[in-house]
Amino acid sequence: MGFLDIDNTTKSYGAVEVLHNVDISVQEGEFLVLVGPSGCGKSTLLNMIAGLEEITSGEIRIKDSVMNGVHPSKRNIAMVFQSYALYPNMTVGQNITFGLEMHGTPKPEREKAMREVAKLLQIEQLLDRKPGQLSGGQRQRVAMGRALVRNPDVFLFDEPLSNLDAKLRVDMRTEIKKLHQKLGTTIVYVTHDQIEAMTLSTRIAVMNGGYVQQLGTPQEIYDSPANIFVATFMGSPAMNVLPAHVRLQKDAPHAEFSLHDGSLALLPFSQKNLAAWEGKEILLGIRPETLTDVDGADRKSSNIAEMTNRIVVTEPAGSDTFVSMQLGGKDVIARMRSDAEVRAGQDFTFAVNMEKAVAFDPETEARIAP
Amino acid sequence: MSVASQDTAIRTGRITRTLIYVVLILFALFYMLPLYVMLVNSVKPLSEITGGGMMNLPEEFTLEPWFKAWSSAQIGVEPTGLAPYFWNSIKMVVPAVAVSTVLGALNGYVLTKWRFKYDTILFGLMLFACFIPFQIVLIPMARMLGLMGLAGTTWGLALVHVVYGIGFTTLYFRNYYAVFPTELIRAAQIDGAGFFQIFWRILLPSSGPIAVVSIIWQFTNIWNDFLFGASFAGADSQPMTVALNNLVQASHGVKEYNVHFAGAILAATPTLLVYIVAGRYFVRGLMAGSVKG
Amino acid sequence: MAHSANADFKTRLQNWIPKLVLSPSVAMMLVFVYGFILFSVYLSFTDSRLLPSFGWVGLENYSKLWRLSHWEVSIKNMGIFAALYIVICTTIGLGLAIFLDQKIRGEGLLRPIYLYPMALSFIVTGTAWKWFLDPGIGLENVMHSWGWESFEFRWIKDRNYAIYTVVLAAVWQTSGFVMAMFLAGLRGIDNEILKAAQMDGASNWNLYRRIIIPQLRPAFLSAFVILSHLAIKTFDLVIALTGGGPGRATELPATFMYSYTFSRNQMGIGAASATIMLMTIAAIMIPYLYSELREKR
Repeated sequence: MGFLDIDNTTKSYGAVEVLHNVDISVQEGEFLVLVGPSGCGKSTLLNMIAGLEEITSGEIRIKDSVMNGVHPSKRNIAMVFQSYALYPNMTVGQNITFGLEMHGTPKPEREKAMREVAKLLQIEQLLDRKPGQLSGGQRQRVAMGRALVRNPDVFLFDEPLSNLDAKLRVDMRTEIKKLHQKLGTTIVYVTHDQIEAMTLSTRIAVMNGGYVQQLGTPQEIYDSPANIFVATFMGSPAMNVLPAHVRLQKDAPHAEFSLHDGSLALLPFSQKNLAAWEGKEILLGIRPETLTDVDGADRKSSNIAEMTNRIVVTEPAGSDTFVSMQLGGKDVIARMRSDAEVRAGQDFTFAVNMEKAVAFDPETEARIAP
Repeated sequence: MSVASQDTAIRTGRITRTLIYVVLILFALFYMLPLYVMLVNSVKPLSEITGGGMMNLPEEFTLEPWFKAWSSAQIGVEPTGLAPYFWNSIKMVVPAVAVSTVLGALNGYVLTKWRFKYDTILFGLMLFACFIPFQIVLIPMARMLGLMGLAGTTWGLALVHVVYGIGFTTLYFRNYYAVFPTELIRAAQIDGAGFFQIFWRILLPSSGPIAVVSIIWQFTNIWNDFLFGASFAGADSQPMTVALNNLVQASHGVKEYNVHFAGAILAATPTLLVYIVAGRYFVRGLMAGSVKG
Repeated sequence: MAHSANADFKTRLQNWIPKLVLSPSVAMMLVFVYGFILFSVYLSFTDSRLLPSFGWVGLENYSKLWRLSHWEVSIKNMGIFAALYIVICTTIGLGLAIFLDQKIRGEGLLRPIYLYPMALSFIVTGTAWKWFLDPGIGLENVMHSWGWESFEFRWIKDRNYAIYTVVLAAVWQTSGFVMAMFLAGLRGIDNEILKAAQMDGASNWNLYRRIIIPQLRPAFLSAFVILSHLAIKTFDLVIALTGGGPGRATELPATFMYSYTFSRNQMGIGAASATIMLMTIAAIMIPYLYSELREKR
């Protein structure tokens, strides 16, 4: 039993099922991020936890009591909305204490709680202003203050950073993480941004098409993606996926795929069980940062293979230089150190960290587990 | 309607511009003409009008027609002037506007923020009710007012105006609340606010502009109504418009045009005042009336 | 909102309150609008005269109605009035809107002048125009006193022309409002499109004809719907301006219905005429409302 249990829960609108048998158990103090493209069902799931949408079947429990049909205000949850949803006609202070007022908390207590939260979030000087007079970042803080003051069991965040500009988003991300570390509250956080998911979470649920594709720690999700969707959704630039054949050489499985001129490269797998796939086609997944120049290869890796291929385009991005080329008939991106000397049209020797390479079954698109 | 003028990309030549100004001013004169006629002729003796001086400024200025129209002109059988009918209209308009606006606000709130199956169909039925020719309900309405004991009363008339006004007020509030962020409602629900608390504390404080629109629209429509007043009012509950028509159409005695004009201005004054004071909102309200979300 | 079989009391209550709040309005609408419509339509198939009666006569009222010359005049007048009213209001409204949109100095003064007639009662409008157009004291008399002895303008007293005075007064009252609708439409057009068209070398005339006016489609549609339903409902203006006369020269269906029902005690025929008015408006409004409301789903 977890702190928050989502137990075999589905959601249908009429005959259309939009969430299929979701099963997630969140422990106290965990930071769970629901991530996925728009329309994947992550916000619907969050609204079901909040009680803003009905549960079609299954159960949602908080601290072991069933929440199905319980009014949102009785679930002891708080929510931070994408638009912040600050009441425009109330001051910041009134916004923060409105929930306490509705729950019948006496005024002196409300005032005290408000002061504490305002101090924590450094918005004391804003308490008498109206939301219309605040900047985006300030509104964000007030919205969090409104959630914090209730001292809820579970915090729900619905894409809270998506309305901020890029710089502020990074700052607020750090701030949310600090807040979580300081207060140790249980958080469910919805985002479509995989970097937010990776940086904030203790666990991630990657969702697509109404299914939870994979549930795991950020590291598990990144290094051992359950399928091609998870592999390509998480990480930027996305993981390269190219068709390859499995060949045995000295009994060891190798990946065989074509280079730019049609000649074949043969690179050794680290996963010995792929020998069973001899002669068959698989999909080979290589993350851009594991495809580098020879000097930039990961020294700790026990399996670095080399190949020579022609560079099509180089894109210097300051800290890194991205290089694109053709492998297995696909456009593939390599991530180089910025001082690597590369230019378009050059035949260049790349190092591939095959220890990090993953193989997918082309039929099911699931990862072939080692 | 965006009242702020926008930087138009179109350039026009000098002759064209002159022509445009001439046309615009001619139309302005056309629209002002009846108001001018009413004003100047309401302050001159009858002989100046019949003598061919309708377009002239008064030679002899007199407020006599105004006093007569207000307090002593023959309306129907009694020489009461328009004053009692003016108060009839006020007594009918104020409750009808208040009730229809409150109901419209609540309906708009339910139809946008507490949606349920078939709510759009219900709203469509309400909206269509705004546009029906009221002749279709005159006969049964007369019977119904009789059954309710409200026949020939000001309260009966107010009820009629509420019934046939809520379609428009609901339309206004629905369109306004439709763009009111639903996340705010959800936040308030999580904060523990109920149906009426959300309405009272969150929605209503932001409803000023649309309430003004609804009130102006209802006030103008109900004040200006003639059909219901003529059909359902008793002799002592007739509204201003009906009384004015009786004054003007009276077939006995000398036609006192100056008194008619003064009476017409008296009947027009409340709505004109509202238009002058809150004209910008009125225009916006009319735009919203074109069933645009 | 959420509701399920095992919902707690607050949630269940919250599910009922909205419907309870809406119910008085819905009840009023169902009884006073749709119930009454059914009742009136039913009356149109009965032998009701002074009072409602329930003797079924089938389509007799309708066939009587269409044989009445009085009704024929009303329908003809309706055709003339509606066509001219809609076309002239739209033309003037569009023209004034385009002119006002040329960065006119004094727009803030002109706009309210064009719009204020909308705030007046048709009875006031009718009274003002009635006496202004009256040959005895109005325009004709004024011209005579100014020395133009041969001037003649007596449309309001002429059976063949009186209906046009109704058009004149109605256009005066509503064309400013149509102007406001078009002006809002014009102000909503993206300026960059206009700049692009000018780069392409479009003249002002072509700019309006090919680019701007086609984009005003929604404004045209709204104007048409509003004007046509106003036209069919026109009643007070005729009462105040001409009283339906001279003779029956300016009778419209709305005045016909009123006089047959309340003065001539032919309630069955009155109800039949009201039913026809309703059908006409429904034919315009229902497709319009349907398309407007469906888009939002």
